[in-house]
Amino acid sequence: MLSIPVKMAWRNIWRHPRRTLLTTLAIAFACVLLIFMLSFQFGSYEAMINASIKIHTGHLQVQAAGYQEQQEIRRVIEDPRAVHQALAAIPEVDAHAARARAFALVASQERAYGIMVEGIDPAAEAQVSTLPRIIRAGAYLAPAPDSEDLSGALVGYLLARNLRVDVGDELTILGQGRDGSVAATVVRVRGIYRSGMDDYDRGAVQIHLQTFQEVFSMDAAVHEIVVTTGRLTEVGPIQRALAPTLTDLANTHPLVSLSWDALLPGLKQAIAMDLVSGAISYVILILVVAFSILNTFLMAIFERTHEFGVMLAIGARPARLTRLVLMESAGITLVGIGAGVLFGCLITGYFATHGIELGGASDLFRQYGIPNTLYPRLTVVTVTAGPLTVFFITLAAALYPALKIQGLKPVEALRLT
Amino acid sequence: MIGNLDVVTMELQLAWRNIWRNPRRTAVILTAVIIGVWSMVGLGALMRGILIGMIQNNIDTLTGHIQIHQQAYPDDPAIEHSISDPETWMSAARDALPAGSRWSQRIRIGAVVSNARHTRGAILMGIDPAAEARLSFIGTAVTEGAYLADGDTGGILIGRALAQQFDTRLGRKLILTAQDSDGEIVSRAFRIRGIYQAEMADTEKGFLFVNRQSAQQLLKLGNRISEIAIRLPAHEMAVPVANDLKARLAGSPLRVRAWPEILPLLKAYVEMFDTFILIWFIVVFVAMGFGILNTTLMAVFERMREFGVLKALGMRPGRIVRGVLLETLLMLVLGIGAGNLLGLATCWGLSITGIDLSAMAEGVAYAGMARIITPVVWIRDLLRANLVVLLLGLLVCLYPAIKAARMTPVAAMRHH
Repeated sequence: MLSIPVKMAWRNIWRHPRRTLLTTLAIAFACVLLIFMLSFQFGSYEAMINASIKIHTGHLQVQAAGYQEQQEIRRVIEDPRAVHQALAAIPEVDAHAARARAFALVASQERAYGIMVEGIDPAAEAQVSTLPRIIRAGAYLAPAPDSEDLSGALVGYLLARNLRVDVGDELTILGQGRDGSVAATVVRVRGIYRSGMDDYDRGAVQIHLQTFQEVFSMDAAVHEIVVTTGRLTEVGPIQRALAPTLTDLANTHPLVSLSWDALLPGLKQAIAMDLVSGAISYVILILVVAFSILNTFLMAIFERTHEFGVMLAIGARPARLTRLVLMESAGITLVGIGAGVLFGCLITGYFATHGIELGGASDLFRQYGIPNTLYPRLTVVTVTAGPLTVFFITLAAALYPALKIQGLKPVEALRLT
Repeated sequence: MIGNLDVVTMELQLAWRNIWRNPRRTAVILTAVIIGVWSMVGLGALMRGILIGMIQNNIDTLTGHIQIHQQAYPDDPAIEHSISDPETWMSAARDALPAGSRWSQRIRIGAVVSNARHTRGAILMGIDPAAEARLSFIGTAVTEGAYLADGDTGGILIGRALAQQFDTRLGRKLILTAQDSDGEIVSRAFRIRGIYQAEMADTEKGFLFVNRQSAQQLLKLGNRISEIAIRLPAHEMAVPVANDLKARLAGSPLRVRAWPEILPLLKAYVEMFDTFILIWFIVVFVAMGFGILNTTLMAVFERMREFGVLKALGMRPGRIVRGVLLETLLMLVLGIGAGNLLGLATCWGLSITGIDLSAMAEGVAYAGMARIITPVVWIRDLLRANLVVLLLGLLVCLYPAIKAARMTPVAAMRHH
């Protein structure tokens, strides 16, 4: 059974149904909007992170110290086998693949461009990146270089257009090996891919790691070992499990493991900035809501001064009245928040399963790795963060009128109508 | 006429007194309107500032307002798609440019830059030092050494990030390798004369500057060039002037593009932000709309008896509606006025130093923003914010106004 004060508060709330309804609607509106916006933001971050991770970066990478900043060809992992072995022993690791890369002049029959040449292990690469699934023409690299023909290569569709090459055409690679010697070879375009991210589609040629190591005098060395895992949260544990092996391994430049946010600092900061600017707008919005419903709370006192006078006169203590009024405000707020969370979850949940078509803006979003259809992510955080803030700011607004009662004198209050 | 004016003055006076019958309540709802309008003006100006910063940044970084290329160059920026005889075309185009415009001829070709230990791809820019300095960021960006001198055929300017990556410094040599107009691979050493800093590290790594003549010589281009870049006195002129140029150069092998065409992504961004700003305005309005409606309803319900008496005395419903709306209008105007003042003051305060986001430089670069954000107040944004609040506010208050007007005298008298 509900206690008498709660019952009283509840009945008082519905003395003015229209006013209460408008106030709860304002609160519900704020909650719906916050839940939807936060879920939308987190959904887009996840899409951006996943796109970057899956297209190329992986959840973490093992590199020689300083390679991330400098990308010098001589900063290598000298013994990748030992790292692979250590990774294979960590249960959270889904897949890992080695890569090596160098800048080179890549020339077709007609054109030459200075771009990145990347050596990949086709079978392992297929486990860590989407590369084999975004081939639009031709085929993915064979597991090993063709001994009969030229070694195969993959190019992005933009680069293929710039170089004027198609599947089957030859490319000459001319660069500088790890030891400073001339690195030159001819490869044959085997597949053309399209990721949607222009920078990636125009930036690199992928060849067999084995071919790369021969041409660029790498011996067995590689530049990075890409690791993927099931969830973002497993990145930390993997790094900790890997740390002893990395410190033990002898390497000219000590080996380090870098998580996705260290590999993509821009992405992480951009997300942080978006969150901060979002938070500022949301707080302002909640303030506007708080002030626009403050009048309801205020009127709940001023219209009832006489009534409060009577209650004080028959012995109710001011603290009890304050509690009653606060309970009324909290009641209105909770009804509003309840409705807001319900509808917020329903609306967001609908879009989370059906997705939001980005339409005309999709070209823009694709550059950040966001696909055409975006799915908001309904999580505990996105559902509770907004409504909780609304609750506290609204209660803070209700505190002022409720405390007003403390100063009320029964005789004066009774005189007012 | 005079009588009319008297009535208006009287009505205004009446409305003014009515809204201050309950000063606390009016003050509270005014606060909501003020915060709302302040945030519309402030956040609107910040977003506009970010956008303008992005556009400015891009235009400074070698885009300019208008670019002229050989027809095929934009889709396929290769050396054979160069402009022959640029002077002829330039003199044909010059009349279309408004006073204060600047232009420059450039070579812009992909190349490989290397020294003993490092190699990477970059864009080779062949520039006319004096003309280029008035056009793009490079004229003021050299922080070490000196800007290119006219006739300095062996000098090169590189970015700070590239210098760091290549472990090199002023006075050292770099080798440039590229494909010449015959398709042959050619290379030549240049000495670093200056190191420049740019808004983004990618720019610093991506662009190398040499004299146009040395680039033309190296690439066997003769007097051919890759592009003509034009900078106009104002951003807004870009599209109309480009259209004029297109008309003048119709039938030539040249293609004229204004910046929205050169940077379609930026254009999409601008359009998306525009919609976003309007949505934000409406969201903020809805948040305060509930309060405005509630407060007006309270004010009307308290005065039902009064409205009944007025009607019994013969006042027509239309005048009651007008009276209530006038009160709302006065309140909105007050709130909007104060909100605008506060918003403009905030923008002014923020624009003295700008908001420095250098601590987040990589995130800023990822989002394509400028490092320092200065709020920009556009009259259009200001008008939109004010109109949204004013019109929607009045619309919302139509409901209590009609409610008041519908009150029959008898029912109203019974209302306590």
